Amino acid sequence: MRLTLRAAAITLAAIAATFGLDPFRNYQLATAAGVFAAVAGLTVLIGLTGQLSLGHAVLMAAGGYGYAAAATATADVAPLPVALLAGLIGAALTAGILGLLLGLAAARLHGPYLAGLTLALVIALPSAANVLPLGGEQGRSAPLLPVPEALSSLIAIEQWHAWLAIVISAAAVTPLVALRSGRHGLRMRAVLDDETAARLSGVNPGPVKTGAFVAGAIPAGLGGAALAVATQQVAPGGYGIAFSLLLVVAAVLGGLGSIGGAAIGSVLVVALPWLIDTAAEAVPADLGRRLDGNLAVLLFGAVVIAVTLARPEGIAGLLTGLRRPKTAPSEPAPTPPGEAPPSNDSKPSTNTER
Amino acid sequence: MERFVFLLSNGLARGAVLALFALSLVIVWRAARVVNFAQAAMAVVAVYAAFALTAASGSYWIGLLGGLLTGALLGAAVERGLMRRLPNRTPLPGMICAIGLVMVLQAGLAIAFGPQHRPMRPPFSESPIVIGGVPVLSPYNLFVLATAAAVMGALALLFAKTSLGLRLRAAAFAPETSRLLGVRVPRMATIGWTLSLATASLAALLLVPVELGLNPHSVDLLFVNAFAVAVVGGLDSPIGALTAGLGIGVLVSLVTGYVSAAAAPLAVLALLTAVLLLRPGGLFAAKEARTA
Repeated sequence: MRLTLRAAAITLAAIAATFGLDPFRNYQLATAAGVFAAVAGLTVLIGLTGQLSLGHAVLMAAGGYGYAAAATATADVAPLPVALLAGLIGAALTAGILGLLLGLAAARLHGPYLAGLTLALVIALPSAANVLPLGGEQGRSAPLLPVPEALSSLIAIEQWHAWLAIVISAAAVTPLVALRSGRHGLRMRAVLDDETAARLSGVNPGPVKTGAFVAGAIPAGLGGAALAVATQQVAPGGYGIAFSLLLVVAAVLGGLGSIGGAAIGSVLVVALPWLIDTAAEAVPADLGRRLDGNLAVLLFGAVVIAVTLARPEGIAGLLTGLRRPKTAPSEPAPTPPGEAPPSNDSKPSTNTER
Repeated sequence: MERFVFLLSNGLARGAVLALFALSLVIVWRAARVVNFAQAAMAVVAVYAAFALTAASGSYWIGLLGGLLTGALLGAAVERGLMRRLPNRTPLPGMICAIGLVMVLQAGLAIAFGPQHRPMRPPFSESPIVIGGVPVLSPYNLFVLATAAAVMGALALLFAKTSLGLRLRAAAFAPETSRLLGVRVPRMATIGWTLSLATASLAALLLVPVELGLNPHSVDLLFVNAFAVAVVGGLDSPIGALTAGLGIGVLVSLVTGYVSAAAAPLAVLALLTAVLLLRPGGLFAAKEARTA
């Protein structure tokens, strides 16, 4: 209940913030909201179960394609809100099924094997778009959702799309927060810490890993749907290896396992490249063209290395460190510091259940 | 039939390059128990060095030598400066750091040299020799096959027959015991990285002249395919890397020739998925330690 209230408050605050932004910023906010949903899924997957997925962009793309297909099919026969809902269900289903397949593979793999498999998946996405009926390079278009009559004098289309994206990602992330602090989150940490010990305490690692992959995939798919709402299309070019790595960067920067960190990380990876490219326009044209897009990637790479070397808990850990300077000395705990420990009533259940 | 022979021989040459790159992944895995996701980006730095040296001196061979040296030095530098400082309880920090390194190196190269494809000229002709009316292998492909075979043979000798090879294997297999027996384990890791990156640079140097040209991303696909090779063969097994490399090289060449170039990554993905699901440790891997 408290969680729902908190989620509603944050969502309302974000929606209120859209009034202070111009249309382009609102478009960026919609993008950041979609990315946030995906990064939240990814950060829980990496931080709680240690499974590094380099292919979360493909899960977003799967959600986008699922949304486009379902929403386009229903838009002809049903009113737009129904089409939006159908599209979201389609997005969650496609991403969830792809995540389940990956998760089944992930349960048998560890560390580098999984990362390599997901990397091969990203590289194969443009080929898949050409070979499967996904519309090739152009991709699929999604229906345009116009501003409702009652609001049309009040807000612009970009702001409306930002609202939709914010609500979608709130709906995607809130269950994830509940999952993370509940008994399933505890099981994931147990598996990450010591698989053998987890098995001895009656936690079966296979289903836990697979479940974590599905739980990380569905928000990513909904995030892809939010991007499709904002851009009215989904194409393979937008979900390449560079974007996929940016999702990992956002999760690492924010602090692996932290949802609040994921929010900060996704705003950074959306806003910083744009800021740097705007600044690069000021330098001479030739140099500017070289810096365009590359300088941001260079900075992100350097920061990722620095964060991994110096502060593995990321920005989220930095903030909690400021808030509570006198906590226990930081030992290599699997949970990022400052996160609420799982409630006590869920603990004994892991001993009795299989 | 002619087409088949041509695709087969072309696939073997590609497969030799793949096997070489996969072997470099196997070496670094055996030496330090990490999969280096930055292998492609580091190798492409070496290719840029070779390109610049060839352009300055006019000789392909000086460029080749310089590229190999650059790759080897970069390998040692990354191991000493970066990988050694990471916690090695789990593989995650190493992989994430490697991803950061990929972004730094590729963006740095794009800023320094621009994103365009620069043509690299192979030292031998690329038009195939015709035997009995059937175009078979080009001189350059012969050169690639011979070089790959020589390097793999030399590495096999190094690991199997020399004292250094024994120390490298011991340090990777049982670091604690090796240290007690007087092996300088950290130095072995550095040597492993150096050898691995020199091998990877060689593979990249052999590949780029037959591709579109030199670009910060021109080795990416080789890495993904070589990773598939290393996994199919088992990350622990050099023989596996060789066999799977030739096999996947031929597979990619045949799929590209008979279906389409777009289908090749899908074929590799399908094969990788199938092998990982049926034998998660690879086809040639030794049995892992028991877990429970």
